[in-house]
Amino acid sequence: MKNNADVIIIGSGVIGNAAAYYLAKKGCSVIVLEKSESIGDGGSSRNGGGVRQSGRDKRELPLAMYGIKNIWPTLSEELEMDVEYYQEGNLRLGKTDAHLNVLTGLTKNAVDCGLDVKMITGDEARAICPYLSEEVTGASWCPTDGHANPLLTTLAYYRKARQLGVQFITGEGVVEIRKIRGKAKQVVTENGVYEGETIILAAGYESRELASQLGIDIPMTQALLEVLVTEAQPPMFYQMLGTAAADFYGHQSTHGSFVFGGSSGFEGVNKDNGTPTTSSITAPCICRGIMKYFPILEDAKIVRTWAGWMDVCADMVPVISPVEEVPGLILAAAFSGHGFGISPTVGMLLAEMATEGKTTLDLSAFRYDRFKAKI
Amino acid sequence: MSKINDRSRDLGDYIPGADDEMIICRCEEITKGEIRRAVHDGMFTLTEIRRYLRTSMGLCQGQTCGRLIKGIVAKELGISPLDLEPAMSRAPMRPIEMKVLANER
Repeated sequence: MKNNADVIIIGSGVIGNAAAYYLAKKGCSVIVLEKSESIGDGGSSRNGGGVRQSGRDKRELPLAMYGIKNIWPTLSEELEMDVEYYQEGNLRLGKTDAHLNVLTGLTKNAVDCGLDVKMITGDEARAICPYLSEEVTGASWCPTDGHANPLLTTLAYYRKARQLGVQFITGEGVVEIRKIRGKAKQVVTENGVYEGETIILAAGYESRELASQLGIDIPMTQALLEVLVTEAQPPMFYQMLGTAAADFYGHQSTHGSFVFGGSSGFEGVNKDNGTPTTSSITAPCICRGIMKYFPILEDAKIVRTWAGWMDVCADMVPVISPVEEVPGLILAAAFSGHGFGISPTVGMLLAEMATEGKTTLDLSAFRYDRFKAKI
Repeated sequence: MSKINDRSRDLGDYIPGADDEMIICRCEEITKGEIRRAVHDGMFTLTEIRRYLRTSMGLCQGQTCGRLIKGIVAKELGISPLDLEPAMSRAPMRPIEMKVLANER
């Protein structure tokens, strides 16, 4: 087993795996180090699968639009594995005048950014998705949004990168990134030392501690999300769904099950013993939310619930940046709960950053040194 | 380092078996051959197999097939089943209708 490569990636989430794949395609040798026993065990396997442009911060929008135009439509073919990508639009639903005001504001922002989003009436929403209840009085509609399967996408990038010769080591927690002659060079784990010309730190929230050892702080915190999964239902609709009231979000998967995320409002104070654990009050709360919009699902059985951490940045957009003080180090963390949809684009850009130093899209809005005190 | 951590470990060629068509996960109708091939695709833990194939993700949540899959994966990796961590059990322990679960208050 080799312990040196052109690029060492810390974290085998969808970001790290996508970067590994695009680097391997460019002919680089890559080692990916993963703390967990399983590949992609953090947020990459614990998210709603949205591949959305609407509702995004305008700094992130070019990344989302690039991926939806250039990568997602052919990703299954490219990785030779179905990642269950659907581009059937995103409906964000409202039931009250206050909801519609929120949606109108979001829609205006998106239109200003050049995105094809519009407000539609309750009846127009029901024409798109006939299962919606009469309580829905309006929605925002972005026809080019969609969703994919995050478990399969993460593993598809892993599988393909592995076939191209990328070395993945699991159960290999990194304890330190060490500088040699002023340059990030060594990655020290509990079991050994790895060396690379470039080190990409894509370890979610855990990136903060590793970066801080080098004097770089990424201001982020962890936030819990919970999701429930139903038994398979007949094919009904493939739009991505959200609500103005943030009752729930989700979609129907290829398999037929519905995957719905939501919250109880107590996430910030849950007792979790340090692990992302579901709470008994959350899934029932999500169910009450869903049934108001989709009464037809009241007899669908819930077979599983799960929880995960989001690495939430102080300004809600990620840090994707080389570090001037530590040449050779690239940060890719703090994706704030919307990293999945932009992961193919980010993986491609990280590979460019590590090999050519310049990127197809401007990433200056994601620099690590953008954070300033309020006064 | 445990035996499953180096994902470039040589498992040898995939050799088709006479019973590859046997259904192991009855809820999701996944065969023994699919599970064996998933190991060769790099899925070395029961959690990865679940996410890759949907084994143990159906109505029984692995209460029927969990042990069988563990044995198949361990054999393919050439390790003891004791070296494989079970996948996480998820609430609720039995499938519950949305309207019943929602009515907990």
